[in-house]
Amino acid sequence: MALELEMTSPFDVAKDAVKAIQDYSVLAAQSLTNFFRRPLYWGDILQQADLIGVGSLPIVVLSGLSIGALLALNSASTLERFGGITLIGQLVSNSMVTELGPLITGLMVSGRNASGMASELGSMIVTEQIDAMRALGTDPSKKLVTPRVGATVFMLFFLTIISDLLGLIGGFAVANLLFGLDSRQYWSNAWQTLVFRDVFMGLVKPVMFGFIIATIGCYYGMSTRGGTQGVGRSTTQAVVTSSVLILVVDFFVTKAIFAVLGYR
Amino acid sequence: MSTPTLPIESPAVQQGDSSADAVVFDNVSIAFEENIVLDGVSFHLPRGETKALFGVAGSGKSTALKLALGLMKPDSGRIFLLGQEVTSMSEQKLFELRARAGIVFQESALFDSLKVRENVAYRMMEEHLSEEEIDRRVREALRFVELERTIDMYPSELSGGMRRRVAIARAIITQPEVLLYDSPTGGLDPVTSNTIVELIIKQRDVYKTSALMVTHRLQDAFTMATHEFDKNANKMVALPKGQRSEVPMSFLILRDGKIIFDGDLRELAASRDPYIREYIS
Repeated sequence: MALELEMTSPFDVAKDAVKAIQDYSVLAAQSLTNFFRRPLYWGDILQQADLIGVGSLPIVVLSGLSIGALLALNSASTLERFGGITLIGQLVSNSMVTELGPLITGLMVSGRNASGMASELGSMIVTEQIDAMRALGTDPSKKLVTPRVGATVFMLFFLTIISDLLGLIGGFAVANLLFGLDSRQYWSNAWQTLVFRDVFMGLVKPVMFGFIIATIGCYYGMSTRGGTQGVGRSTTQAVVTSSVLILVVDFFVTKAIFAVLGYR
Repeated sequence: MSTPTLPIESPAVQQGDSSADAVVFDNVSIAFEENIVLDGVSFHLPRGETKALFGVAGSGKSTALKLALGLMKPDSGRIFLLGQEVTSMSEQKLFELRARAGIVFQESALFDSLKVRENVAYRMMEEHLSEEEIDRRVREALRFVELERTIDMYPSELSGGMRRRVAIARAIITQPEVLLYDSPTGGLDPVTSNTIVELIIKQRDVYKTSALMVTHRLQDAFTMATHEFDKNANKMVALPKGQRSEVPMSFLILRDGKIIFDGDLRELAASRDPYIREYIS
């Protein structure tokens, strides 16, 4: 059987890309402006907060503990060589709060919820439920997108704090049980190393990551075409795009905060 | 089959809306990439009339319904729904206008995460009506489609025909001025199809609701053109041949994006167009 390959012109590819960015920007902007326009679906926001926040708690707890413990374990051997084992608390605290806590939590929630949003909304598109909603006089952007964005941003903020704390606990468990580090030494080091810039960075990132996860998940869900195969495609694209965007935005946010608030 | 009456008020025509037509298509065209779906289509649906839209698969029938409700925008031409031009309206304004219309989608499009009660009551829940009022009207609408027992079930627990009837209940609960049916009997057995046709006839004759109905089943449209709803007997009855012209029912056939027929049953039967003859034979 001969394969027929259809060539797409670079102009069409560029046109599609520009249109996708435009559509995404409109959806993202609307998801925010909807907070200032009635009706605001508080019930849906709470329901999504429960699904996204409480539902993601187990993976956030496990990943936070593991990352903190692994960080302590891996850095201990190097620090021990230089006689700096007491600095484990400092290293774990700084890494967890500024970088790994927000990043790992963002990626975990992205894998779980961006895919969930894309598949749920995508299924609603292909079964005409979104059209039905519009026909019944409800704005899907207000009813479906804004609650997901609000709930993800809000819950990711707190999930990240939980992840940071559990990372510190995981690091402490390793430092104390395997390397015999005193608990006061660990916690005072961990606490004292943090400055305003670190905490600020650690709390700004989940807000941005939450917005990326929800808007990308909703965008791919709402732009689903092509039946159940299209739903699968949207789900995959949502996870890949949101994860990559989180990594890219993480770099630029870190750089920007360092530029504004200064390096150590 | 006999169906209970729906003891709610008849659709109220809005004050100041003098349009005699429920739906008007004026030179409407739409294409998806290279594929021209509708090409300069013009027709009108007078108030109180039901118009059946025919055409082979992909001829733009379902697209026409979505265009009529402003769910899609045409590439050119103008569309009026209940006297208001939907082609130039913002989505926000359209939400208000759509409150006066109802639609039954091809695959029912019930919200699968909501129970039947919440599906049927969706519009009223959005309007924050009282629980008692919602419950009363949901039960009335479900009684109308003979599915009151399904009130606490999820759509996945219903058969295809039952889902279609719940979708009709959802569309009629607010007594809209115009109803759009997208293949309401498609894929259903003859008995269930007949039940749904009877419900549509009842809605047309008892509540005088205007309707656009997309269908592949010619026999359904012929039943609608030859029967009326007898309120006393509470069922549809066949009309004698002489009275059939009084039924507010017309037919529209689309082919290659254009209208090739728009008229009543008598004109359809008298058509000499070979394509139409083959279509109705």
